[in-house]
Amino acid sequence: MIEITVISGKGGTGKTSLVASLASLAPKPAVADCDVDAADLHLVLDPQIKESHDFSGGKLAEIIPARCNSCGKCYELCRFGAVIKNENEKPAYTIDPISCEGCGVCSYFCPEKAIAFEPAINGQWYISDTRYGPMVHAKLGIAEENSGKLVALVRDQAKKIAENKNLSYIIVDGPPGIGCPVIASVTGTDYVLIVTEPTLSGEHDLERVMELVNYFKIPAFLCLNKHDINPTMSDKIENLARNAGIKVVGRIRYDRAVTEAQIKKLPLVEFTDAPVATDLKNVWNTLIQEINSLQKGSHN
Amino acid sequence: MKQKLTIAVASGKGGTGKTTVSASLACAAADTGHKTAYMDCDVEEPNGHLFLKPTINYRHMVGIPVPVVDQDKCTACGLCGEICQFSAIVCVNKNVLTFDKMCHGCGGCSLVCPTEAITEHSRNFGVVETGDCGNNLKFCHGKLDVGEIHSPPLIEAVRETAQGEDLSIVDASPGTSCPVVAAIKGVDYVLLVTEPTPFGVNDLEIAVDMVKELGIPHGVVINRSVPEHTLARDFCRDNNIKILVEIPDDRRVAEAYSKGELPYKGVEGYRELFKELIDTIIEEAGR
Repeated sequence: MIEITVISGKGGTGKTSLVASLASLAPKPAVADCDVDAADLHLVLDPQIKESHDFSGGKLAEIIPARCNSCGKCYELCRFGAVIKNENEKPAYTIDPISCEGCGVCSYFCPEKAIAFEPAINGQWYISDTRYGPMVHAKLGIAEENSGKLVALVRDQAKKIAENKNLSYIIVDGPPGIGCPVIASVTGTDYVLIVTEPTLSGEHDLERVMELVNYFKIPAFLCLNKHDINPTMSDKIENLARNAGIKVVGRIRYDRAVTEAQIKKLPLVEFTDAPVATDLKNVWNTLIQEINSLQKGSHN
Repeated sequence: MKQKLTIAVASGKGGTGKTTVSASLACAAADTGHKTAYMDCDVEEPNGHLFLKPTINYRHMVGIPVPVVDQDKCTACGLCGEICQFSAIVCVNKNVLTFDKMCHGCGGCSLVCPTEAITEHSRNFGVVETGDCGNNLKFCHGKLDVGEIHSPPLIEAVRETAQGEDLSIVDASPGTSCPVVAAIKGVDYVLLVTEPTPFGVNDLEIAVDMVKELGIPHGVVINRSVPEHTLARDFCRDNNIKILVEIPDDRRVAEAYSKGELPYKGVEGYRELFKELIDTIIEEAGR
């Protein structure tokens, strides 16, 4: 079983559209949507939810008014500005759940034991069936923390299912950026596929995301989306990747059919036979060839 | 105009045009005489500097307090490991181990330690840079060190560093979780940039829920608007959300963007569009 995680650094370069087509092209895949705070893959893969679970990534503090004597210890100790002082009210303090970091310091040191510290429900996660195979996805609650923990859980579940069903691939749709949920999406994965676009921002963000995969020593590949909107920049980006030891597995041309496919809720490779679909098939074929030769190399 | 205004530009989905819109708005505001600060709070992938090309004249490292254990004073009682919610300090086999990258800097371990074996020192995890973009426009961004997990304290540092101008434009990261909340908490108005695709509108819906949860006045910009794609327009109408402007899907804008040029400066017609937009936002935010 091979786990491939698709990331981009910059947002909106086409991760989810690419993953939808890879899910369609891969034989026996499991799919994991790890962009848990703005998940979109379900809009194309149309998952039928089989199991739904609450996710608790941490705890939240809450003042129990009947026990609070307004001493202000919590206000003094909280470093996250989450304890709010209410003049002339009883109790004089409340906790803002959005600012609460979940550290528990206020609750631990409250002399009246007046602060409850209980697991919070931060979101939901689902195991679903799609026409391509099982899918694990999630929805982080609005303005919640702990997206990294939820990402780790989604990947873990996808791995268990893939092992049980003896599947060949796990295709992971990652979040944008290089922070907490991205790190949780790439640590321990077999391969990273970076998708970028030929813009100055794309180039700048690619440098940081390549630094990230090198930092975690994960073998990575690159594909260039909308390569024809700036051919000079496309060449520059490919050179940049090669110099960082990252192989380029393909270029995908700009085509408005990408949006049309999204509207029709179909992976692009099923929506059209246009050249852009061939580009995507080439990306998958080249990626698998490269992975197979790496795997052979490591077994010898 | 209210005394001081802070306007954040956010979106659920990435790549909808937050940086193009926020940097253009910052220029438009400065050009119309407002003392303006542009704050790039997408500290994982900051891009505003590519377009605004500031002269950076000040930088400072940002750190959070992490524990240092004095093994001579430590009795391996394990209380620090018990209070820590983030697995940043653990006590195994009479040894206390710290994992600095997991630490949120709450100070619980040093407070709970009965032998005062734990002190805190500041660990740098990113940098804030400030500079000038010419007339009336100050620039500030944060850069998270690669491999770092926890960005909100750096975002807060950017906002603290650059506060004080009449008008502040905050460029947030995509999504709706803690880094976005850190960028938009307490602002006067949030501008949500979307595109009229199914992904764009799905993520707009989540972003709207977020700003409603935080209780911040908001409006929508539809970017790369195509007349026949009505999803975003329909969503805003059904939910009673004001669309401040639709920016057409324009190849000239995409080409300018790919080279690091703002449509505000380089593409005909956009200077007026953004000047009008900043006026509308100031009016909306001042209500």
